[in-house]
Amino acid sequence: MSTTVVNEKERVREALHHPKDTMLRDERLPHIWCPTCGIGTAVACFVEALRESGIPEEKVVVISGIGCTGRVAGYLRLDSYHTTHGRALPFATGLCLAKPELKVVVFSGDGDIVAIGGNHLINSARRNMNITVICVNNFIYGMTGGQLAPTTPPTAKTTTSPYGNTETPFNVPHLVASCGATYVARWTVLHIRRLKKAMTEALKKKGFSFIEVIAPCSTLYARKNRLGTGFDLMKFYHDNSEIRHGADTCDVQIGFQDKIIVGKFVDIEKPTFLERYKEIKVGGGK
Amino acid sequence: MSREAVLTGEHFMTGDEAAAEGGLAAGCRFFGGYPITPATEVAERMAERLPEVGGIYIQMEDEMASMNALLGASWGGVKAMTSTSGPGFSLMMENFGLGIMTETPCVVVNVQRGGPSTGLPTLVGQQDMMQAKWGSHGDYGVIALAPNSPQEAFDFTIHAFNFSEQYRLPVFVMMDESVGHMTEKVVIPPADQIKLVSRPITKDKPGKYLPFKPDKNLIPPMIEFGEGYRIHVTGLTHDERGYPDVSPEAHRPLVRRLVEKIEKNADKIYMFDEHTLDDAEVVLISYGITSRIAQQVANECRAEGKKIGHLRLITCWPFPFAKVRELADRVKGFVVPEINMGQMSLEVERAAGRGVPTICVPNGGGEVHDPEEIHQAVREVTR
Repeated sequence: MSTTVVNEKERVREALHHPKDTMLRDERLPHIWCPTCGIGTAVACFVEALRESGIPEEKVVVISGIGCTGRVAGYLRLDSYHTTHGRALPFATGLCLAKPELKVVVFSGDGDIVAIGGNHLINSARRNMNITVICVNNFIYGMTGGQLAPTTPPTAKTTTSPYGNTETPFNVPHLVASCGATYVARWTVLHIRRLKKAMTEALKKKGFSFIEVIAPCSTLYARKNRLGTGFDLMKFYHDNSEIRHGADTCDVQIGFQDKIIVGKFVDIEKPTFLERYKEIKVGGGK
Repeated sequence: MSREAVLTGEHFMTGDEAAAEGGLAAGCRFFGGYPITPATEVAERMAERLPEVGGIYIQMEDEMASMNALLGASWGGVKAMTSTSGPGFSLMMENFGLGIMTETPCVVVNVQRGGPSTGLPTLVGQQDMMQAKWGSHGDYGVIALAPNSPQEAFDFTIHAFNFSEQYRLPVFVMMDESVGHMTEKVVIPPADQIKLVSRPITKDKPGKYLPFKPDKNLIPPMIEFGEGYRIHVTGLTHDERGYPDVSPEAHRPLVRRLVEKIEKNADKIYMFDEHTLDDAEVVLISYGITSRIAQQVANECRAEGKKIGHLRLITCWPFPFAKVRELADRVKGFVVPEINMGQMSLEVERAAGRGVPTICVPNGGGEVHDPEEIHQAVREVTR
């Protein structure tokens, strides 16, 4: 083999090496996500945010539940745990209390975190556990083929709401804010710089920090509702997102193909569960 | 005033409290609790005691959460425990399975009450014995120990921790309401006389370590998160790297190992008490609170000159199949009293085979057996 060919191969390998690869388990690629799915973008923002945060990578643990976003933990080259459906937060609770020097991140989907894991979500926020939650909301259950989610907008069609959703969805930022989260933001995957910045802030935030990431599911949500391609959804985000930092979370409910209020809604300081637990005076202070 | 983790000395305490003290003596420093009768006192004791020894008690929002919190704490390198009863035990089953699949050491104390459903919250049952074996979906090996006194609640909780660490799985202490709420003398030995086992830890460096590659005993050495290994752990079927591999080729050997790591090590896990088995013609087989009544019956029968023995199970799972098989070769029959409609007796029957009758003395729950019911069954076999 001539040197030129070797050099060419080296060059190609070099060119194919993505700067984010060191934080991804590239031996597990290609991933399972559909073309134009928004989860990959959220992961890319997370990887950059984690670098920017300066938190040592070996001290970060990513925990996912079940679903499309539930696969994130498996692709990140970090300590990671893939729990049962909805249970990422209680696992994270045990872990962050057992080893407080860890940065514990829950990265999962809306169905996983808000429906089946909803009780864990509100209680973790209430306790102000030292956990960062990244909740990718694509308005639908993707992994199982497009069923109704607790976030599906009214009238939207899914395979289990074939005539249109008759339920009221959760206003997720309002839910977690009212339960006491210290940091609450929402961005779409179109807002990559703002999303990355929010993730950096959330990672560095003490206590329960929460980011809702609105992401396209072109295969199921868009198709069921005849909303076009992933590109069309991104265009929709572009035309219909309104940045409103500090918005009252009462006002950020998402309707079907309606305006999406994005921004940083909550950023407050308060003691975590562990800080208050450490103040316990054994024997009632006697 | 803060007390030590190991309260060396003589105490007068309940089975529930003793289980909590056993956990502390075994090195448990995390308890994820959820109140439920008749197990609440375990959680209450831990809530009081863990802050004294630098541990954490957290009351979770439900039993699914408490089971998962244990798994999280365990991967953080901390010994973890919870307690529950019937309905909570059912709720824990999903994530007990996650603990099995991810081979996570921890201990679950089930203070059994009468079921099904809400059933008899304050009264005794032994109705979760099969659930302990089969309660979570899929196939796997389990370890379950059944104490019959507060002293044993203390001792066996330590054994349960040791087994959970050694074999890397959640281990059950299958107590019952009578033992949980009974107050008796408990002797806690000096800390240095309590034998503790720690989970196998890998000697491999990050990058070389395969988190689910078993050693010769079928147990993969473990790590804790945050040490630079960057491993993935999943409830999905996985390969030795821990990566999902949902193929029959990956699944079959994994399931086989999860079963065999208990089966093939069972000789090191079995514990039972044998009473006058040598010349026994009829053998009582029992466990938990029922073993105290069965022993009384055995003593009374011997006093009458009947050749009765008593095999009292400490390890209920894995079931000592070979031991019962061996007895079946030389006895006339087995009598199995239990506070359920016949659960472990099915296992005895299976081991004994067709030649030897196994008579279950069922009891739907709520109170322990009247010794006369057991005498009657013994008479039936000896007739």
